Amino acid sequence: MKKEGRKLDGNSFLLVITIALFVVMYLVGIALFKNQGFAKTQNFLNLFISNAGLIVIAAGMTIVMITGGIDISVGSVVAMVCMVLAWTMETAGWGAIQSAVFVLALGVVFGFVQGWLVAYLKIQPFIVTLAGMFFARGMTAVISKEMISIKNETFLAWAQCKIYLPFGGYTNKKGMLIRPYIYPSVIIALVVLVVIFIVLKYTKFGRSIYAIGGNEQSALMMGLNVKRTKLKAYVLEGFLASLGGFLFCLNTCSGFVEQAKGLEMDAIASSVIGGTLLTGGVGNVIGSLFGVLIKGTIEAFITFQGTLSSWWTRITIAAMLCFFIVLQSVFAAAKEKNKK
Amino acid sequence: METIKKLTAKRLFMPIFCLAVMLVAAVIASPDFFKIGVQNGVLYGRIIDVINRGSETVILAVGMTLVVAASAGTDISVGAVMAVVAAVTCAFTAGGQQSVNEYINNPLLGALLGILAGVACGCFNGFLVAKLKIQPMVATLILFTAGRGIAQLLTNGQITYVRVESFKMLGASIPGVPIPTAIFVTVLVVVLTMVLLKKTAMGMYIESVGINSKAARLVGLKSTKIIFMVYAFSGFCASIAGLINSSRIYSADANNIGLNLELDAILAVALGGNSLAGGKFSLLGAVIGAYTIQTLTTTLYAVSVSSDQIPVYKAIVVVIIVSLQSPELGKMIRRLKAKASAQAGKGAA
Repeated sequence: MKKEGRKLDGNSFLLVITIALFVVMYLVGIALFKNQGFAKTQNFLNLFISNAGLIVIAAGMTIVMITGGIDISVGSVVAMVCMVLAWTMETAGWGAIQSAVFVLALGVVFGFVQGWLVAYLKIQPFIVTLAGMFFARGMTAVISKEMISIKNETFLAWAQCKIYLPFGGYTNKKGMLIRPYIYPSVIIALVVLVVIFIVLKYTKFGRSIYAIGGNEQSALMMGLNVKRTKLKAYVLEGFLASLGGFLFCLNTCSGFVEQAKGLEMDAIASSVIGGTLLTGGVGNVIGSLFGVLIKGTIEAFITFQGTLSSWWTRITIAAMLCFFIVLQSVFAAAKEKNKK
Repeated sequence: METIKKLTAKRLFMPIFCLAVMLVAAVIASPDFFKIGVQNGVLYGRIIDVINRGSETVILAVGMTLVVAASAGTDISVGAVMAVVAAVTCAFTAGGQQSVNEYINNPLLGALLGILAGVACGCFNGFLVAKLKIQPMVATLILFTAGRGIAQLLTNGQITYVRVESFKMLGASIPGVPIPTAIFVTVLVVVLTMVLLKKTAMGMYIESVGINSKAARLVGLKSTKIIFMVYAFSGFCASIAGLINSSRIYSADANNIGLNLELDAILAVALGGNSLAGGKFSLLGAVIGAYTIQTLTTTLYAVSVSSDQIPVYKAIVVVIIVSLQSPELGKMIRRLKAKASAQAGKGAA
């Protein structure tokens, strides 16, 4: 019993570090860039607006990482989804709803193929999704090498529909009341996050995922259908990746080959920073949300600072991922020692 | 029948067979594939192009084979490391300027610094994998994404050109020698690695660590050290490949040097009949695999598939190869066969 308590402490400790890190970073940002409006409510909401897609994708990534797998194809899938949306609406003349449903189905199929290869043929998830990554990016180029901007009115209406919040407003110099707003994408992202949280925590499917990630052999002996659960996890992940791509596309309103390059890194880093263990079995989508917010804060720093190259975001994220991985491995080593 | 069975049982049969199939496909796609001519005193032709352009892939595949064999993981940072090496070399040689027509600093020193940077990247990966026991792909993913960012910073986000004739020698050819320099370098790397593996029993150590690292440690091998060295070596191979590629375009293009080459290298290892789950390996197989990939690339170019579409085909090939390698597929087919024969038996009764 005591041991169990210690273990949980270690994991929630990582989550606490993450949340504290976010709060500290944000406070530092407020202190540094107060005059440029870092402290405004809108700036905080912008974190959600610009990262709505990533929140959903990171939630999906967390699910497969809990099973002990990984998916590095998500960045390319986002590019493919955006391109397919743009192409079907602009070149093929489909309606916005039709295109949206189509890309979501595409994501499910993509996830199914990857999941089948991982679960039933037992190929390393990394190899499968590496192939998936190159496949999706290549397909984007096959569809169109030129950038396609989306001009579909329904889609643009979705993208530009501002939802004003009833609180947090302020009066500007001209005496006008400025109220903070969010886009529908933020609501979708947060709803998805809550649903996934509940699914992971309270359903049989969710608990099976944790069991498989913790110890596949034991899960099998307990009578869980390991293969099918893994397949389901990848299908769900594929769906979330395409939904995330759709939300991403609402922000960019275009499709091009180089889009969302390195997004898989952001998603993995968010999950890891949020306390998901690379070895599987442990993880939490709420942690991943804070991982995403930390990434967003770093981006905001670089935008507000103005002179730094945007490459710094990527390098900082990589350095943080590295730091948290090392932290995890130190924790794991300490746990090993306790056992002995 | 016996001889055929014996022949197909040979380790290198599949890789050579794949290469042969690919070559036939190449000849069908472009009939003048094997024609060799001489242009400006250098051999010229599609087949020469394959061997020449394949140099980077072959060199990367050599490092990748050892990484796969020892750690059952792959080093996906090699392409990005190539970009870092090119950036270090060009930025140093050009003295930080964007385009130079003569060397500002000694290019050999620049190349050496580049190699050092590449080996340092390899050591970083090795440290994460061997010491901290992080899955190889996650560990190398860090440099995979950050590497190009570092290269961008080194070159101030621009393409650094070194427009000096002697800088192009490594990627093109030395005056008076009809064979492209890269081919010599490739042969040197492959032969030296093979000799090193055979003469020092390092090859056997790597295999034993890959098959069972715990057992290898118990019989007295330093698993950690061997895995670390393998990643450092992969970094070294990536630096050589990076130097060649940088010399070809006499510049450091952080975005494009070594782009998608990690996939080629992994594909080469798999095509060479090496299991991606680690253990026994065949370096020669990987080399043959690398040339097969290059033939595929050249052929796809010949039928006017653009460079950013090529990954689609390669990804499909990877999936097919690893599926065929998977023991689960064999089991599944056997089960299906058993079912079919059982049903046939029922019908007969």
